[in-house]
Amino acid sequence: MEILDKITKSDYKYGFTTDIESDKAPNGINEDIIRLISSKKNEPEWMLQWRLEAFAIWQEMKEPEWANVTYKKPDFNAISYYSAPKSKKVLDSLDEVDPELLKTFAKLGISLDEQKRLSGVAIDIVVDSVSVKTTFKAKLAELGIIFCSMTEAIHEHPELVQKYLGRVVPRTDNFYAALNSAVFTDGSFCFIPKGVRCPMELSTYFRINESGTGQFERTLVIADEDSYVSYLEGCTAPMRDENQLHAAVVELFAMDGAEIKYSTVQNWYPGDVNGLGGVFNFVTKRGICERNAKISWTQVETGSAVTWKYPSCILKGENSVGEFYSVAVTNNYQQADTGTKMIHLGKNTKSTIISKGICAGKSNGSYRGLVKIGPRADNARNFSQCDSLLMGDGCGSHTFPYIEIANKSAQVEHEAATSKIGEDQLFYCNQRGIPTEEAIALIVNGYCKDVLSQLPMEFAVEAQKLLAVSLEGSVG
Amino acid sequence: MSVELLADKLSSSFIVFENELNGETKTDLHRIRRESMELFEKKGFPSIRHEDWKYTSLKPVLKHDYKVFHKGDQALDFSDIKKFFIHDIDTHKIVFVNGVYSSWLSETTHQGYDVCTFSAALRRHRDVTDRYFSKAADNSSAMVALNTAFAQEGAYIRMTKGASAIKPVEIIHFTTEEAGSLLNQPRNLIVLEEGSDVQIIERHQSLGSKPVFTNSVSEIFVHANASLELYRVQNDANTASIVDHTSIQQHRDSRVRTAVFSLGGKLMRNDLNIAFLGENAEAHLDGLTLLDDGQHADHHTRVDHRVPHCNSFEMYKGIYDGNSKGVFNGQIMVRPHAQKTNAFQQNNNIILGEKASVDTKPQLEIFADDVKCSHGCTVGQLDDEALFYLRSRGIPEHEAKALLLYAIGDEVIGKVRLKELRNRLHKLMAKKLNVDFQMEI
Repeated sequence: MEILDKITKSDYKYGFTTDIESDKAPNGINEDIIRLISSKKNEPEWMLQWRLEAFAIWQEMKEPEWANVTYKKPDFNAISYYSAPKSKKVLDSLDEVDPELLKTFAKLGISLDEQKRLSGVAIDIVVDSVSVKTTFKAKLAELGIIFCSMTEAIHEHPELVQKYLGRVVPRTDNFYAALNSAVFTDGSFCFIPKGVRCPMELSTYFRINESGTGQFERTLVIADEDSYVSYLEGCTAPMRDENQLHAAVVELFAMDGAEIKYSTVQNWYPGDVNGLGGVFNFVTKRGICERNAKISWTQVETGSAVTWKYPSCILKGENSVGEFYSVAVTNNYQQADTGTKMIHLGKNTKSTIISKGICAGKSNGSYRGLVKIGPRADNARNFSQCDSLLMGDGCGSHTFPYIEIANKSAQVEHEAATSKIGEDQLFYCNQRGIPTEEAIALIVNGYCKDVLSQLPMEFAVEAQKLLAVSLEGSVG
Repeated sequence: MSVELLADKLSSSFIVFENELNGETKTDLHRIRRESMELFEKKGFPSIRHEDWKYTSLKPVLKHDYKVFHKGDQALDFSDIKKFFIHDIDTHKIVFVNGVYSSWLSETTHQGYDVCTFSAALRRHRDVTDRYFSKAADNSSAMVALNTAFAQEGAYIRMTKGASAIKPVEIIHFTTEEAGSLLNQPRNLIVLEEGSDVQIIERHQSLGSKPVFTNSVSEIFVHANASLELYRVQNDANTASIVDHTSIQQHRDSRVRTAVFSLGGKLMRNDLNIAFLGENAEAHLDGLTLLDDGQHADHHTRVDHRVPHCNSFEMYKGIYDGNSKGVFNGQIMVRPHAQKTNAFQQNNNIILGEKASVDTKPQLEIFADDVKCSHGCTVGQLDDEALFYLRSRGIPEHEAKALLLYAIGDEVIGKVRLKELRNRLHKLMAKKLNVDFQMEI
């Protein structure tokens, strides 16, 4: 019980704010705000029209209520939809970045310098909705890879943006996707040309800094025929009393023979021990696979007060492959309703779902997934496994797998199990001199191994640490 | 006839029903009926927009102009309907023809325990019906509310303390050609007092070609140490549909086995709710579905572990040919503090038909940490290698396939404890698979 107290009191490691002057739009949402965002970003007319249409669609929509979460609905007029760090000049090297900002990143544990030199990761950092820095751009450009902020892409590659934006996640898709389409401020854009294998991991780091702002970023990754890209995304937010809203949209296009690996480590502020504050994370992520293409989603979700997220794959082309690996940890009053959709349309399509939920404290974790095999998807194959681990009897674990099969040649397997950490396992560790605390970390890491092993090296280390921090002593 | 018109017809029928009850309208029981009717009127028939009815549309069933009230005893010759009974052994029988109790075909008892009709119980055992009526069934479901509103007739079984039934009880509902399109709403009340046991077989059989719609509700109370076996055989005509709701409450150390065999009918929807109210109770829920063209089966189960130390085991298997459709929704709920719960669930489906489809949703909701809960669910085809093995040994393809399917079915049928019923189901399955194994089972 003592240890349980300790964890519930252990602070959010990333809870600090950085004093960076920021340029913030007035609170509220209306056509003028959208025009303001659009003009601040100097956007072309078609983009503004696209946003305004999305806004009109959004106004017609109702907030979804089917998810297994309860929260106070955000007041969309109390949010500022635009907040940019004021240093607006274009940066060429790291030296020109605001030193305060660099400190922030150092605290986050992502030293740009180090990452740049040691790991060769190209990072696009989004602080309060505005992309600050894209490293390694020149090197990538040599290969024809475009990796830049969404704003830049709208200016410099309008033909690509116009062709792909909103194609996998249409503006009419859901309430938050429509809202995002209307007010998104920035995000990352990535294009890998035909036959190119991206030599480094592309990475974005999101951070909500300004209070009372929502983060609406939009990510678009296009992998042209036979190309390969691995994309990382990490998120943190400072400690705040009120709930911040994060409603992102991620769209992936894997053309014939292409492969996209998309990894997320989400560590938004989860709220305090009483469930006060924390980020609302309502994200729409979806990818489309053409012939022989592959999309692999990997996520480690440890943060946010409320998470509502279903990275999905539309397996349109023949022989395409979709994968989903997820670890979702909830503690205190956190609520997570997450899972995936695998929609098999093409022949010989395959999908794998591995979802591991860990619930502690008074939290609720849900797995909600759909496996749909269309009537023309001959020989489709799916394997799903969703396990949950419960710590303490105040938490709840739920699974809602929907399996819809309309083809006789389909092979679908689904299994789920819920249990707690075995007392004999703990005893075994204790008996060999491993303290309970460490034994739990060991067992949990083993439990999540299937998922963690899918993460790129740099992230895997961070994810393991995050798991340990999130669950510190949650079994008494 | 539209769904709305049918709902209107039911509203006006309820007034007629009330008028015929005379003095009874002031009782508590009737108050429940009236409230249920109001509830139904508010909710209307469920549509696919309801989460619980997402994959099953009642529209094709509700379009007919059903008769709500039933006319007296239809003469049926026992030799014509003998095959629907387990005639090789002696049983208690509660038989209804077109919704009306047939004393001629029934064999009821009041010796040591009661096996009779719900209407008789309303007259003679009012204390029991008042104590149990509408206490277990989930009235928030519109179909249950509708049944409750018209609750008047059905089976009544009350096993007194320590009583052991000397023979199984058969409940059969027949509908005849002469009766036309019929809406049948039987209401069963089954009470097993402490330490008693009984085996029950229920069946609905349409003998005509007119559409028949049965909306059945069973409330079952299994007290401490009692043991219940409940088997349902659904092998009806392709014009008959059934919506069944069964709620079982289990007390300390009780045992329940249920098995439903959905082998024929236009639409079969089975809601089975089991709630554990006492520790160390155990429930087995089994189901076998074998469907062909134009048939639809939907099994919704809900096992509610409210107290610690209870076990539930669930196994539903389905084989779908032609353009048939199968739905399975299995919910396991483990409430806070229901520690040391064991809950297992399995749902295996084989799709044979080009146009057949399966929608399945195994659902776990767990609020206690020291539990073992798991579910497994598969959708697939017959194992090619096993098929090849059999064929390489000279067994023709059709028979080889049947043999493999038979093996799947036997996993459920084999668990039936009543030998005569087991034999009958084996034969029924062989007939459905269109093979004759020529074996004496």
